[in-house]
Amino acid sequence: MSFQPARIVITGIGLTAPNGNSLSEFRQNLLAGVAGVEPFDVRYMGRLIAGVCHYDPLRYQTRKGLRVGTRAGSISIYCAHEALKDSGLAFDSVPKDRVGIYLGCTEHGNVETENEIYAISKFNYDTKYWSHYHNPRTVANNPAGEISLALGITGPAYTIGAACAAGNLGLIHAAQMLRLGEVDFAFCGGVSESIHTFGIFAGFKSQGALATHADPKKASRPFDKARNGIVVSEGGCIYTLERLDDALARGAKIYGEIAGYCVNSDASDYVLPNPGRQAECVRKALVNAKLAAADIHIVNTHATATPMGDIQECEAIRAVFGQGCPETNINNTKSYIGHCMGAAGALELAGNLPSFDDLVVHPTINVDDLDPLCAIDGLVLNQPRQVAKVEAILNNSFGMLGINSTLIVKRFVA
Amino acid sequence: MTKDACKQIVLDIIADIAPDEDLSNLKPEVRLRDQMQLDSMDFLDIVMELRKQHGIEVPEADYIHLASLDSCADYLTPKFEALGK
Repeated sequence: MSFQPARIVITGIGLTAPNGNSLSEFRQNLLAGVAGVEPFDVRYMGRLIAGVCHYDPLRYQTRKGLRVGTRAGSISIYCAHEALKDSGLAFDSVPKDRVGIYLGCTEHGNVETENEIYAISKFNYDTKYWSHYHNPRTVANNPAGEISLALGITGPAYTIGAACAAGNLGLIHAAQMLRLGEVDFAFCGGVSESIHTFGIFAGFKSQGALATHADPKKASRPFDKARNGIVVSEGGCIYTLERLDDALARGAKIYGEIAGYCVNSDASDYVLPNPGRQAECVRKALVNAKLAAADIHIVNTHATATPMGDIQECEAIRAVFGQGCPETNINNTKSYIGHCMGAAGALELAGNLPSFDDLVVHPTINVDDLDPLCAIDGLVLNQPRQVAKVEAILNNSFGMLGINSTLIVKRFVA
Repeated sequence: MTKDACKQIVLDIIADIAPDEDLSNLKPEVRLRDQMQLDSMDFLDIVMELRKQHGIEVPEADYIHLASLDSCADYLTPKFEALGK
């Protein structure tokens, strides 16, 4: 008898994105074409553009908590509370040692380190002015740890470093831990505070990969011929995941079921994507989900609006979905919110999950002149598309050092 | 510098460190920890802000003098005066 892993379902979502602080607001703006990129001052670099979140940090934190903790921690606490509320779980009765927190991060600690270096620069770089909070703020598990402190969770709480594939990794890892029986309830997803470090802007600028545009809301434009790079954004998206039996037993609302996934590595370059490995990742995820390419009705692309990266992802998608997939729609969420780094995969999936109910595919916006090299079949451009069915959504997230992740979520059918 | 002025400086620092606390009824003779939520990291914050804002060093062996507002004033006022404040 073959091993049948437990079915894992999504039962709650909490998020903050540059264009929305709840799933309903986010979705509404994705369907209305409302982008969330704005002017933003960056230390040493002046006024640039970024995706900035405007959630209310004091909804779930004290002012002291905000002062002591990190922005990533604050975003995580907000999203975790919102997800818990959305899940409808009676949390008081849950054994807290059976709850896990698994958050994807592109990086963590750069913001806090830069802040301290800047602070001691005012004191002739004398390190006796270096904050005693530096270490708890910069440990890689900080965002997950801040949630455990806020909610009194005593189970495993840690982050998963996976560059910009990290948001998917959070969900994948949580599903694995639930299947292993390590925990009974999981908070998972991704978080990023990246806009508060000048280093990420300067790094992309030096790489020739930082987006510019006179109109910030037009700056992130994957697949457009005139695209010129990434809009750096902050954000967070946390899901609650449960084994299906547990979710059904408590009558939970179910957004969708984790159908399959794959994580692989290019092993070819520090930054340049590898379309062959990306296609392999997508195909392996389909096998894992026991689905064919034609069964996927929405492919949410990772495309960040770099000149080469978009073309290479399109090459990978064309290789998998290029033939015999007339009902596969392809979109991109970064065109609204820029690149939320560690939160990107988790947010972008969330923005598409309502399609199971409304059968509308949100478009990729800001495509005024489609790059022929990105002209793949099924692209949904500039206007939402009403479709006949949405049974499975495939979410791609890729990252530096050649990490690829594909996560497939299917409509929940008992 | 008067002791009252010194207490006000410490209160201003505490107000930044513990922004959610109501400081209006703090009793100067009672230990700060017994009247509000302050942990060891918060006391290190007081030490750091005295250093950053006023150039005053409090050696670890003297942290005990920061227990209450009165003991802060007794300990810190001479240090402020030594700096000509």
